[in-house]
Amino acid sequence: MIVKRSLIAAAVLSVCAGAVCAGEVHVAVAANFTAPAKDLAPIFLKKTGHSLILSFGATGMFYGQIKNGAEYDVLLAADAKTPAKAVKEGYGVEGTNFTYAMGKLVLWSADGAKVKDGAALLKSGSFNKCAVANPKLAPYGLAAYQTLESLKLLQAVQPKFVEGNNIGATFNFVKTGNADVGFVALSQVFKGGKIKSGSGWIVPADLYEPIRQDAVLLKNGRNAEAAKAFLEFLKGPEAAKVKQAYGYGN
Amino acid sequence: MHEISLQPVWLSLELASVTTAVLLVLSTPLAWWLARTRSPLRAPIGALVTLPLVLPPSVLGFYILIALGPHGPLGHFTQAMGWGLLTFSFPGLVIGSVIYSLPFAVQPLQGAFESIGPRPMEVASTLGAKPLDAFFSVVLPLAGPGFFSATVLTFAHTIGEFGVVLMIGGNIPGQTQVVSTEIYTFVEAMEYDSAHFLAGGMLVFSFIVLLALSLTKRRMKGASGVMP
Amino acid sequence: MSGCGHVAISLRRSTGFSLDAEFDVPASGVTVLFGPSGCGKTTVLRSIAGLERAQGFVQIAGHVWQDDARRVFEPTHRRRLGYVFQEASLFEHMNVRRNLEYGLKRFKDADGRKRLTQAVELLGISQLLDRSPAQLSGGERQRCAIARSLCVRPSALLLDEPLAALDQARRREIMPWLEQLRRELSIPILYVTHSEEELMRLGDQLVLMRNGSVAAAGPVQEVLSQSGFGSSFGHDVPMLLNGCVREIDSEWKLAAVACAGSMVWVAASAMNVGERVRLSVRASDVTLSLARPQGLSAQNAIPCRVAEIFESQSGPQRLVRLDCSGEPLLALVTSKAIHDLGVRKGMDLWALVKAVSVLG
Repeated sequence: MIVKRSLIAAAVLSVCAGAVCAGEVHVAVAANFTAPAKDLAPIFLKKTGHSLILSFGATGMFYGQIKNGAEYDVLLAADAKTPAKAVKEGYGVEGTNFTYAMGKLVLWSADGAKVKDGAALLKSGSFNKCAVANPKLAPYGLAAYQTLESLKLLQAVQPKFVEGNNIGATFNFVKTGNADVGFVALSQVFKGGKIKSGSGWIVPADLYEPIRQDAVLLKNGRNAEAAKAFLEFLKGPEAAKVKQAYGYGN
Repeated sequence: MHEISLQPVWLSLELASVTTAVLLVLSTPLAWWLARTRSPLRAPIGALVTLPLVLPPSVLGFYILIALGPHGPLGHFTQAMGWGLLTFSFPGLVIGSVIYSLPFAVQPLQGAFESIGPRPMEVASTLGAKPLDAFFSVVLPLAGPGFFSATVLTFAHTIGEFGVVLMIGGNIPGQTQVVSTEIYTFVEAMEYDSAHFLAGGMLVFSFIVLLALSLTKRRMKGASGVMP
Repeated sequence: MSGCGHVAISLRRSTGFSLDAEFDVPASGVTVLFGPSGCGKTTVLRSIAGLERAQGFVQIAGHVWQDDARRVFEPTHRRRLGYVFQEASLFEHMNVRRNLEYGLKRFKDADGRKRLTQAVELLGISQLLDRSPAQLSGGERQRCAIARSLCVRPSALLLDEPLAALDQARRREIMPWLEQLRRELSIPILYVTHSEEELMRLGDQLVLMRNGSVAAAGPVQEVLSQSGFGSSFGHDVPMLLNGCVREIDSEWKLAAVACAGSMVWVAASAMNVGERVRLSVRASDVTLSLARPQGLSAQNAIPCRVAEIFESQSGPQRLVRLDCSGEPLLALVTSKAIHDLGVRKGMDLWALVKAVSVLG
């Protein structure tokens, strides 16, 4: 292993002798962060010369792969729990996990005229179904339950729940019109600074526990230097601008 | 361990039973036509019937979700009939399961009808039987093994149905919360004891049903293999 | 014209096969549709039954089953016919009794039960009634299939090469039953075969088919004695003789049969005096002699007159048709012999018959 690493290092050095050394960062990205991650890649490349190899999927699935030896450099999770567990169980580098994005909850409908005052709409009950993600499995689902509890409307609305097993399925329910309204991630409907279709009510942050999406540097990665550069980039102003355009908080 | 309800098990058994019954009724004329026709439509329709095997269940479920929705063809129909939308309902799951398990019902039946061939119907007609009479009195009994296969395969396939339910179910207890998705949820949430319990329940009851079907078949055949 | 039948049908298939057949079907007796494989005889039978849809006219036993000119077409299940297929087609999921009762339940005749008993007796299957088809031999299955077809009071019995799927032993076993059918039934029987033996043993009328059309049709003896059909029988045409047993010689185990205006000695096997028998003589077993032969082992010499000398089909031999007191006989002789003996039409000769087959 050591021999292989030094051979690679020698090869890399000989290829980019003198020039800025171009590295590759393998990033496991939570599905909900797909679009912003794709936008960040060319900006990061221009700034540092390193390229991002992005994989998208469920946080739980990635963690399973990491436990079984997958060589990702960085994990961008959909929650805070998993990066913390990675550090605890020895797969993540201590001290490198931080919140790279704050998820925002929105009550959304595919019908452009449906949602104006979300709280009033929920109270009135004039919708056929309300789609939520399974609170056991998805932080957005938990946040939806918390919101309704804060509004004291959980008991009233729960009979109309349809549960998606992840936020993607939940979004499908609402997007296809099968559910009149649903609690989805703002990033699913937000682009260029506004809700791109349908109508929505951005749920006030004080109604639910913050949805922290944490990142962590992984021990089994191949290019620690470039990876660290990416994590720093994530904390920076260019990244913040992209995240905001997609409806994430910082 | 939490108090686990066995309701998802009953719901799954009910869904599998209803789907099997519906599919047997729908598939018999379809399989018969496919076995006997010489029309040029035979190949394309045969391919359509096999299509649910090719698509990943989640993809299939996604398109059924759109079709059942307010902008889809099935949704338009159900709304026009005054039934509302069938998504997130038991009847909606039946529709999804019927599409999902269609090839498992049609293909054994088609195979049975093809191996029977046209001769028995011809013989019956020379003995005075009208076509429908000939079908019920001669072809159906001879196609017994095919019906048995179709029943067992459809039932088992629907019990295990997962991807489609995930897309159109909505996880409503007593309506669309089937045992396969419940087990998956428990596993994802790392509540393994609950998962084992439900999985055990599902296996036990499915086994009982399949065993009962098998014994019924043997008893119907009798000792000499001839119906009395 | 009740009881009579006439068939005039044509059929075109996309494979290029075409069929044009026209012939009469008398009110009783066995009409044999004879020809090589692929000549269309099974298609004709199926069209008569309505299992295939041909164009034209079908009348059997006085019933018009198809008449395109008047837009008449009886579907098969309304035609009173018995059809026996080549392979045993008993219903596998029923025992023999229920197979026999199947037609009864559909036609609901008042005398259905009686017909069933008669059919069982006629085909000798009473001990098989409770068995399942899988437990029967090939010959037994065909007998049950015939009995089943008789239960529906058919106006005609159609048999499509019923013995073709059986081995020699089974065929020999079932043949007597078929001959009995021929004697006992008063309805027309249409029998498709490519077997010369079945034709000779059962046929009353012969419809000779070749390449989708009828080459000749008429009484068996008449058709056989006409020219041009040697090729259907490999140039060695058999001739049918009807005779009556006059004498049994138990010392030499021979029987004398009066036929063709003479006495023909045949091997006496289970025959009774006065019994009517059918004999078959192959043309190659007939030798011609200008005078009554002496000192020959062939003891059957029949006086006859030369009726016709046929043109040579191929090779050195020619068929000669002889008139033996009104009954035709064929001889296959070399053209050289005809020349050397000076054989001419109208000449009186002796026909020596070396081998005679008794058909029963």
